Amino acid sequence: MPATEHPTRNPSAAQLSPALFSFRPLVRAIACTIVPEAAALDEKAWANFETLIDAALGDRPPALQRRLQLFLRAIDWLPVVRFGHRFASLQPAQRARFLAGLENHTVQLIRSGFWGLRTLVLLGFYGRPEAAAAIGYKADPRGWEAFR
Amino acid sequence: MKERAYDIIVVGSGAGGGTVAQELSPLCSDGLRIAVLEKGPKLRDAEFTGREFEMARVLYEEGGGFLTAEGTMTLAFGSAYGGSTAVYTGTSLLPPERVLHHWNVPGLTLDEIERRAQKFMAQNNVHLIEDELINENNRLFVEGCRRLGWQVRQFPVNVKGCRGSSLCNLGCPNQAKQGTDRVQLPQAERNGVEVITRCEVLRLEEKKLFVRVFAKPEGATGEPSPWEPGEYCIAAKIVVVSAGAVGTPALLLRSGLGRRLPRLGCGFTAHPALIVVAEHERPITNFVGHPKSFYLDEFAESDRFLLETCMYFPFITAKSLAGFGEAHSSFMRAFPRLQMILVLACDPAVERNRVTIDAAGRPVVHYYFAPEVTRTLVRGAVASARIFFAAGARRVHLPMAQPPTVEARDAARLDPIAEKTPFHLGKVTVSAAHLQGGCAMGRAPADSVTDPFGRVHGIPWLRVADASLFPDSVEINPYLTIMSLADRVAEKIREEVRSL
Repeated sequence: MPATEHPTRNPSAAQLSPALFSFRPLVRAIACTIVPEAAALDEKAWANFETLIDAALGDRPPALQRRLQLFLRAIDWLPVVRFGHRFASLQPAQRARFLAGLENHTVQLIRSGFWGLRTLVLLGFYGRPEAAAAIGYKADPRGWEAFR
Repeated sequence: MKERAYDIIVVGSGAGGGTVAQELSPLCSDGLRIAVLEKGPKLRDAEFTGREFEMARVLYEEGGGFLTAEGTMTLAFGSAYGGSTAVYTGTSLLPPERVLHHWNVPGLTLDEIERRAQKFMAQNNVHLIEDELINENNRLFVEGCRRLGWQVRQFPVNVKGCRGSSLCNLGCPNQAKQGTDRVQLPQAERNGVEVITRCEVLRLEEKKLFVRVFAKPEGATGEPSPWEPGEYCIAAKIVVVSAGAVGTPALLLRSGLGRRLPRLGCGFTAHPALIVVAEHERPITNFVGHPKSFYLDEFAESDRFLLETCMYFPFITAKSLAGFGEAHSSFMRAFPRLQMILVLACDPAVERNRVTIDAAGRPVVHYYFAPEVTRTLVRGAVASARIFFAAGARRVHLPMAQPPTVEARDAARLDPIAEKTPFHLGKVTVSAAHLQGGCAMGRAPADSVTDPFGRVHGIPWLRVADASLFPDSVEINPYLTIMSLADRVAEKIREEVRSL
């Protein structure tokens, strides 16, 4: 990147990064557990979801992206110890139980890691205008005029 | 490296920098050259779309999600023409007198802050919003507080021609909010001040700034910088740093001033905040109308929390609700029936909460939650739940409770929640937008970074004019106090500029 190109806010950064691409099935499985409605997304909606989280990650320091990859790898494999299967192969209830364990973990670092991942998923899902419209959010720059 | 020379350089264009720029701008008619350097872009009016992700990414540093080193709180601060005034709600309050007493800055009184603030309140059209423009999200807060016998107050706000888009925090799409981007910076520019956007200050040396101007990325919003992309060395007789409570200490640290200023970066405070949500039986007006019309400060002194009305956007709301799965989704699907309250803790400035820099010179904010601060957040959230139920809500979401949902019929659960609920940092979403401290005013380097007029100790050409000057929490929305202090800093510069 040229020194005078701003490291953030570059729209061209909004493309699926190789780092995320390798975790795509896992990220989708996690997303469907965090937001059950995500199971109904079509490929175009998933692409929008991924573009949003990739763009958000592109704005963050590289160290944070590395930590996220490590965390995803742990989510992928740790369920093998407890359930005998990788995360994406678990039943929905098992997935939820596993993620709840991370969310309420006694170690703050693990709770924070899950919070970061959950935040990305929520951004990918609710950051899409279609999702906002689906929940009845209809803010309009014209304000009261549009409402009445 | 290109070279430039100015008499005065102001770093940052928010409540501090924008005010300093305006107050010094009459000097341009005497031939002085003044420039404001702003890291972020300047958007054209039509580019304020109100779309959540798009605007957050363009107008905020790290999209509004700047994470503390401990990963337990996100900080939201603007990075655009107008700084955080482009993305605040325009609530215009003066600090309580007890705050000024506690700050104990020699010569600084509430009377003086108030006198200076009056000027900006007039410029920014500060007034109480008309009754017919107040939505139910705000009315229900008033109703709930009154039923509980709590004295609610209306926010004076700085809007002109507000259409009630509710999108203040994404940059007003109607140019109604009277931040420095609409009032002080345009006035400064009319008087001859140059504003250089997309310009990041890398470091300072004796009366010199080393900066980098960024090209506008292809397809990005906003105007290109008036300067060619590249690195510059700018000579200046006076440098005023107004880069905010994160940016200002970080720049001074990058410039190697940490050794001679032992308090630099220390005493960061932020009003850590929780968004608490309730669901009513019927749809209410919430995503239309000014989002922040009322507040409750009667517990600020005794219990150290403030409650303010608020209404956020889908992603921020989703992030603020604890948990996941169907329970989380059911609150999101109820969006048109949601009422929201923002709980802000008045956190004390303590030494270990501080701004540092990493190896690359980027700011790192260390924030450790004292037990009394998390207890304050719990008490504030429970008080919010009482207001929601008093206003008729059917259920409330308390992010730190287990389970987070409290039904109206189970309101008796609130007492044990208030007394016993542990606050799991890292699980509960805590965010802050009132960033303060790090370059505190005071008497000497042992207790502060600047003198009472923002002059950095021992460096007469270097001034600070923003919320980093606060020696401790201001305990209320800070922008008017920042403008008053910036006015004070500018006045001293006007007195001294000829002799420097």
